[in-house]
Amino acid sequence: MRSRTRLAGAIAGLAVAALALTGCNSGSPGDPSDGAGDASDAPLWEVASDVQLEGSPTFDAMTKRGKVVIGVKNDQPGLGYEDAASGERSGFDIDIARWIAASLGFDEDQIEYQTIPSANREQAIVNGDIDYYVGTYSITDKRKEQIDFAGPYLITGQGLLVAADNKDINGPDDLAGKIVCSVTGSTPLQRIRDEYNPGDTVEYDTYSQCVDQLVQGSVDAITTDEAILAGYVAQQPDELKIAGEPFSEERYGVGIAKGDSELQAHINELFTDGGDVWQALFDEHLAPAGIKGEQPAVD
Amino acid sequence: MGIITDNLDLWSSTLLGTLVLFVAGGLLALVLGTLVGAMRVSPIPVARAVGTFYVNTIRNTPLTLVFFAFAFALPPLLGLRLTGDVSLTLAICALGIYTATYVAETIRSGINTVPVGQAEAARALGLTFGQVMTLVVLPQAFRSVIPPMMSVFIALLKNTTVAAGFSVVNLGSIRSYLSERGENQFVAILWVMVVFVVLVLLLSWAQRALENRWKVAR
Repeated sequence: MRSRTRLAGAIAGLAVAALALTGCNSGSPGDPSDGAGDASDAPLWEVASDVQLEGSPTFDAMTKRGKVVIGVKNDQPGLGYEDAASGERSGFDIDIARWIAASLGFDEDQIEYQTIPSANREQAIVNGDIDYYVGTYSITDKRKEQIDFAGPYLITGQGLLVAADNKDINGPDDLAGKIVCSVTGSTPLQRIRDEYNPGDTVEYDTYSQCVDQLVQGSVDAITTDEAILAGYVAQQPDELKIAGEPFSEERYGVGIAKGDSELQAHINELFTDGGDVWQALFDEHLAPAGIKGEQPAVD
Repeated sequence: MGIITDNLDLWSSTLLGTLVLFVAGGLLALVLGTLVGAMRVSPIPVARAVGTFYVNTIRNTPLTLVFFAFAFALPPLLGLRLTGDVSLTLAICALGIYTATYVAETIRSGINTVPVGQAEAARALGLTFGQVMTLVVLPQAFRSVIPPMMSVFIALLKNTTVAAGFSVVNLGSIRSYLSERGENQFVAILWVMVVFVVLVLLLSWAQRALENRWKVAR
């Protein structure tokens, strides 16, 4: 009797766990772009050799370690995405990160990725846990107090993601009475709260959780940078669409340690000289999702 | 200190969120836990089975999964729209239902400290099971389990931070907000720790006060 109730308990527990896990994972079937920008066909870039970066503490640390540690995102298809099954990373940001690593003389197998969520980015750079960060990292003055940015390498703006059959929401002014979702503490959500008049807002740890709730119909819209939203549209084009035009300007940069102007200059020079690489990466990852844009000039 | 004074709005709303989760979740856990604890020692086999099943399923599930079930599996089943109030209610339910299992077990252990002869004597006097519990057993049981019960509530207080990932603003989510405002997160976490230490000290103080007041005269 005793062991039987215990077994029943275990089965019910598993059922709850399975329910919870499907709830959290259903938003990520295979990635649309399979990380082709790397060396598979014609390589877009060569791994540099004999790189000298006089006076860059970050570069010295990389060289001493023999590998480069890059902070990235793992749940943004088209930008920074990690396939849960194969562990393969792909996306525009990831390829930008690879490109920078190659320009510093580090081969594919000398790259170590670390998934760092938005809230921990500055701390990871300040602590030296990562050498640089490429992952939808908006350049802001507040952040510049703690770290430095190279770039920008992409300019996007805040947009709205809604269900494909939604006809009510065509811009931020149509949000009255609607529930808007984004990640905890994010600036775009704050802007919606302060400047527009949403019915209510909810916040989860990741965008994919918001996408789940949107597909289930528990929320009406998701807001964040359009480049991020476009990746989810590319993943589930039958269920999601972007509503209206972007209504802010976000400039994505590469987060680096404060005061490392050598590395900053190196990356900026790479971006400035590498217009065709940039275009090839953009065409591969972002253009198919319906994003328009051109390479911004670095600061 | 600037991280507090410059962001007083955040600190007050997150502290409030934590306290609401703690008080509401704690009340739910106490009521539900007492019921389930009583069910587990009741003379009715069905009640015992249900109580045992409940404790063994929920207590064996990680709290985060309980939250996932409430935040992601329940709304589509019930057709809920996820407003702020709904998210808060779901979080309180998740915390309360999870913590109730610990409360139930703590109370059951307290019930076991009351010599069975007392319950038998009360039954012999003609009291019903409900009367035996509420008049004889539970008053003594509660007194003897104050220290472990407080540990359960201290754990609940700290568990409220899990709700930060499920759209309920509390001290666990202040880090994300402060990071977005460009504050140093390490300092933020240290302050959150200080707040929790103070809150737990308050609970320990309440525990001592209750212990002194409800001391069983032996």
